Amino acid sequence: MEKKLKNPAIFVDDLSFHYGEKNVLEHVTMEVKQGSFLGLVGPNGSGKSTLIKCILGLLKPQQGSVSLFGEKVQKFNKWEKVGYVSQKANSFNTAFPATAFEVVSMGLFGKVGLFRFLKSSDKEKVWDALKAVNMEAFANRNIGELSGGQQQRIFIARALVSDPELLILDEPTVGVDIESSESFYKMLKNLHRENKMTLVLVTHDVGVMTNYVTDVACLNKQIHFHGNTKEFEESSSENMSAFYGHHVHVIHHDHDHE
Amino acid sequence: MNMNMIDFFEALFQYEFLQKALFTSVMVGVICGIVGCFIILRGMSLMGDAISHAVLPGVAISYMLGISFFFGAVITGVLTAIGIGYVSQNSRIKHDMAIGIMFTSMFAVGIVIITLMKSSADLYHILFGNVLAVRMSDMWITVGIGVLVIGLVTLFYKELLVSTFDPTMAQSYGLPNKWIHYALMVVLTMVTVASLQTVGIVLVVAMLITPAATAYLLTNRLSVMIYLSAFFGIIASVFGLYFSFIYNLASGATIVLVSAFMFAMAFFFSPSQGLVWKALKARKNRAELMR
Repeated sequence: MEKKLKNPAIFVDDLSFHYGEKNVLEHVTMEVKQGSFLGLVGPNGSGKSTLIKCILGLLKPQQGSVSLFGEKVQKFNKWEKVGYVSQKANSFNTAFPATAFEVVSMGLFGKVGLFRFLKSSDKEKVWDALKAVNMEAFANRNIGELSGGQQQRIFIARALVSDPELLILDEPTVGVDIESSESFYKMLKNLHRENKMTLVLVTHDVGVMTNYVTDVACLNKQIHFHGNTKEFEESSSENMSAFYGHHVHVIHHDHDHE
Repeated sequence: MNMNMIDFFEALFQYEFLQKALFTSVMVGVICGIVGCFIILRGMSLMGDAISHAVLPGVAISYMLGISFFFGAVITGVLTAIGIGYVSQNSRIKHDMAIGIMFTSMFAVGIVIITLMKSSADLYHILFGNVLAVRMSDMWITVGIGVLVIGLVTLFYKELLVSTFDPTMAQSYGLPNKWIHYALMVVLTMVTVASLQTVGIVLVVAMLITPAATAYLLTNRLSVMIYLSAFFGIIASVFGLYFSFIYNLASGATIVLVSAFMFAMAFFFSPSQGLVWKALKARKNRAELMR
């Protein structure tokens, strides 16, 4: 994996986006180095999801550009390097007749290509991904029967199955009970450390997040803070108050520090 | 009943028109069953109804020009699909309203054209089907459409699966959701054309939705659902044709009633979803709690 000069996993350059008259993002510049674990925080409506969609090339910004692994997103075609887990609620079809195993195997379709079917080595990859999220016991269950937390694990497995180098998670713990979200963060930290995966976690859960990530970016139309976790914690109370418009206590969850 | 059965089989061996009718209906059962699975899972039941009705003016104009129904139907069907998308995206009119407005307007245009042509007998057959009058050319169109539909679904199974299950995900893989949607609309109009003779325009949507919905109650896997749905489509076509022949009833109505009957059976008796088993289970649980 040693390269002389590693391109950043994500580079957002002076990006602005508006829906009609409404400015959602203004001059956002942000770099995510390979191997880092970035927590992207911001209040509701701060443009977090819009930024993610621009990064994934799902939305075209009116100004500025996005590069993934040194390549402009419009030209980027190694999508198997990028895993994406969206907010649970807005996307998938809960009444769909598919088992957890099938849902995870969909993560390989981007790689397998047109007119081709899954091989047995692909099936092994699906099992590995299910193991990574601790869900192999649920492989044959219908996706709609699983709890919100379990479903979200399955979606992570679906993102992991193609061995991405960059994994982007958009508020993955929304609607997931606290206990499972705790173990969920641990799992992410593990992926980051063991598999050297670059992670971007979008969240509004500032307190818990700082125990796991290496870098923090605060977004509210613009980037208000971007630095490592230590710098963030040192400056956080002033930062947060200015940022959310009222005083915020960042609650630290020390029990997870090793 | 037994006599009827024997009569039916005798007639089947004797008359070519009945053989053609049976073959065509079975083919229609299969195609509708397969396409229907995607229609219901994409939440497009109403859209299916709309497109199947909207082919009427196209069919009428093709009839007038003496060309195959196929071309006119596909053109007006796709135009309607585009029109619905255009109206709902460019105004505050919601999708279901746009569907309701567009397809009824198209249907009305079709009725006017056919009435002006002064052939109300044809109108009746187009609307309600007349499977016993299937011509050789109709049969081959149906076979062609059937082969095409089965081929497309086999080739693009993965793409259909992903874009139906999770459109956002599909988009992030670079799948063209919009084109998949319109391709499905084209397929829908072709299915309608294929079904014109057997069930007719008005009831096509039943053949799209009912067998697929029945299968949906019985399985948790899309692949199994597709096979089951096609199977229920075949059963409905064969028995529907039988009742239509024996009691001299409109084939569209009898085919749809058979599939409705199968749906009712699945609704009450499906092992995992059936109301009867659910009620029995609830009662058993209650009894165990009381102990």
